[in-house]
Amino acid sequence: MTDSPILTVRGLSVHFDRTAEPAVDNVSFEVRPGECLAIVGESGSGKSVTARSLLGLAPAGAHVSFDELSLAGETLPAPGSRRWRKIRGASMGLVLQDALVSLDPLRPVGREIDDVLRLHTTLSRPERHDRVLELLDAVGVPDPALRARQRSGELSGGLRQRALIAAGIAAGPSLIIADEPTTALDVTVQARVLDVLSSLRDSGTAMILITHDLAVVSRIADRVAVMSRGRIVEAGETRRVLGAPATVPTQQLLASIPVDVPRGVPLDLRSGEHTVENGSRDASVLPELAARGPRSAPLEPTAKTAPPAPAPALELVAVSRRYPTRHSAAIQALDNVSLTLTAGTTLGLVGQSGSGKTTIARIALGLETAESGDVWLDGEPWGSLSARERQPLRHRLGAIYQDALSSFDPRLSVERILVDALSAGTADAHRPLTTTDELLDAVGLPRAVKNRRPLHLSGGQRQRVAIARALAPGPRTILCDEPVSSLDVSTQARVLNLLDELQRHLGLSYLFISHDLGVIRHMSDTVAVINDGRIVETGLTDEIFAAPRDPYTLSLIAALPRVRG
Amino acid sequence: MTEILAGRLSHAPEAAPGIRGWRRLLSNAGVIIALGILALILTAALAPQLITSAQPDAVAPAEAFQAPSVTHFFGTDESGRDVYTRVIFGAGNSLLIGIAATVVGLGLALVLGLLGGLAGRIGDFVSTRIVEVMFALPGLLLALVFIAIAGPGVVTSTVAVGLSTAPGYARIIRSQLRSVRNASYIEAATVLGHSQLRITLQHILPGALAPIFVLGTLGVGQAIVWASSLGFLGLGVAPPAAEWGAMLSSGRTYIDVAWWLTVFPGLAIVATAASFTVLGRALNARARQEVRG
Repeated sequence: MTDSPILTVRGLSVHFDRTAEPAVDNVSFEVRPGECLAIVGESGSGKSVTARSLLGLAPAGAHVSFDELSLAGETLPAPGSRRWRKIRGASMGLVLQDALVSLDPLRPVGREIDDVLRLHTTLSRPERHDRVLELLDAVGVPDPALRARQRSGELSGGLRQRALIAAGIAAGPSLIIADEPTTALDVTVQARVLDVLSSLRDSGTAMILITHDLAVVSRIADRVAVMSRGRIVEAGETRRVLGAPATVPTQQLLASIPVDVPRGVPLDLRSGEHTVENGSRDASVLPELAARGPRSAPLEPTAKTAPPAPAPALELVAVSRRYPTRHSAAIQALDNVSLTLTAGTTLGLVGQSGSGKTTIARIALGLETAESGDVWLDGEPWGSLSARERQPLRHRLGAIYQDALSSFDPRLSVERILVDALSAGTADAHRPLTTTDELLDAVGLPRAVKNRRPLHLSGGQRQRVAIARALAPGPRTILCDEPVSSLDVSTQARVLNLLDELQRHLGLSYLFISHDLGVIRHMSDTVAVINDGRIVETGLTDEIFAAPRDPYTLSLIAALPRVRG
Repeated sequence: MTEILAGRLSHAPEAAPGIRGWRRLLSNAGVIIALGILALILTAALAPQLITSAQPDAVAPAEAFQAPSVTHFFGTDESGRDVYTRVIFGAGNSLLIGIAATVVGLGLALVLGLLGGLAGRIGDFVSTRIVEVMFALPGLLLALVFIAIAGPGVVTSTVAVGLSTAPGYARIIRSQLRSVRNASYIEAATVLGHSQLRITLQHILPGALAPIFVLGTLGVGQAIVWASSLGFLGLGVAPPAAEWGAMLSSGRTYIDVAWWLTVFPGLAIVATAASFTVLGRALNARARQEVRG
């Protein structure tokens, strides 16, 4: 690739506040036609602000300065200039992370793509219509004629993301900026979207990929720039940077990926760097709690010695559930699902969105009832109880959700949330943690967060508050529904390590639901794979990952992106 | 009005006030002016003697139709009564009717809204039908129908205005309750093991109803305008008593010779209603900001 660069960036800085550290600090790079540059870094490292500044879309209040910022040799206009209208969409395409909010929910997706063509090409109406279908087909949307007429709400996440890519590339831009284009997607869908992006790159389009997912980077990027605290700390060929990382931030990003870190081994975080998230951590709290805890010693998942096997913490027996639909036959959400969570262990439940994971979670939590089959909690009836009978037993089963923020009453401070949770359940419940301070210590949050509202906390801190709240009534089993899916890798690693540590010290059982095989493999003793409402395979984690028997499991594992060094 | 209120409520304030937010609220010039006007009107309502030494009903035929001057700031009316004094004394009537009507409206709406939002399918059916019937008549017409049945007077015009604002509030309360009831954090509270009663009292009601009281502030201004309209039509406070709407009505006859008879009571109505609206909007915006951070 000897062409001249399509985009040149020299000395780009973005300040939000003159006195504070810059969000982007003296960043320089260039991208050539047919090349994919990945900008990686933790959230808050400045990668998204960089991308937005390139498009003249820096957030309000930002002060952008640069030595050179040019596209195909021409200097880019100042933000707010009318010239941007000719550049955005036509020369530069943008693909955003969240397709659901980026697409107008009231218009068919075909119209969204048509808009771009209408603005930037001279095609006639029927020509544009044909082109829309071609584009949808090119990005791998099946049955484009039908999909073009549907609204974004009627499409699945993967289809929506591909429709958004189609809109981004409609006018044939020479540069595509993709901001976390696959973060919210399942592995198999992610693989398909990445294929679309790769083929665009191969056909000569330059691409800037903003992501925190190094596995994605290793699949598609030619070069990588690692950002940390607003600066590019390391840049070079993908293979070189990921294979032999020279700087600490890169090593951290690599070490936080749970894909190949086996069960029980904490994810590597490089000490000294994680004080920003956690504040001080009193490491002595948990061992002390273990002494007070209900079980004297951490359970070994493979212990076969004790003759009277304890009742399973949670057991689903032949559970089925259907949902009626307006159009046709009822959807079989769950079909004869049986799961057993052995006390003190973690059962990982993995499957794509729409496979029935959430329905299982809701039935296990007693928020919905099964049509047939039964649910047992600690060997006692649970699914067959009425809501009134179930309420006094609820303290035995806690829950952590993917979206921690929406699970908190927005009016309450952290302290009031925890006090409220401590007052739940019955007096005879065994509670290892009895005050808000103990709860905060146990989840590694500084006591100072007590007076704040979750809205003002980071994603990782919110999830810690959610964990503290789940622990408050003294549960023996916790259902974790995608607890780390919306966190970036290093925050994710810290939360997973915390869950692991709590399990060892408090003897908890986890039903761990995720679409992320890497996370499941790291956390689980046993795994159940679900597809279309049926459990297709269960077994010990190592065995399933080493020798999957079911073709669906095999395809999931094959689609799992790994960092290729 | 209902549509406007409902639109605002989609960003319902859900947070309790914080000190930082109050400071920001007070840095707004419009809010300061509104608070100043309301303080003046409140003083006029509670202790009119502090602001004027004359009596509102003191007739002085010799001084009829005097233009505004140093002795009579707002002039005098056809019986020589001091318009300034009457406007000051009228504040009590107007404010009382406005606030009382809003309380009546919110109270009725609470019953209907709680029935619709919490009491299951039958309760919802009953409440929704009642609200729909009330909505079928435009607000002022509904008030007139009520007065036609119950007869004119201060109490009936207050209840009539309250009645006509109730369906709007009821619908908002119902939808607030429903959206809060289905929020993830209510489910999280259920999973924690709290009883249904406790969840309703501690999470659903405060979360759903807090914004209603901000709306109530907006509603008082509207209610004052409506109460004055009824007074204008002679259906509110009995004629000799000072009331802004009634003053407008009686001054209307002399509008070509004595403009001050209508302008000053009219200004009082506008200033009061506008102040409540400015304050209500600012409270609403502040509460929204609080939630967004």
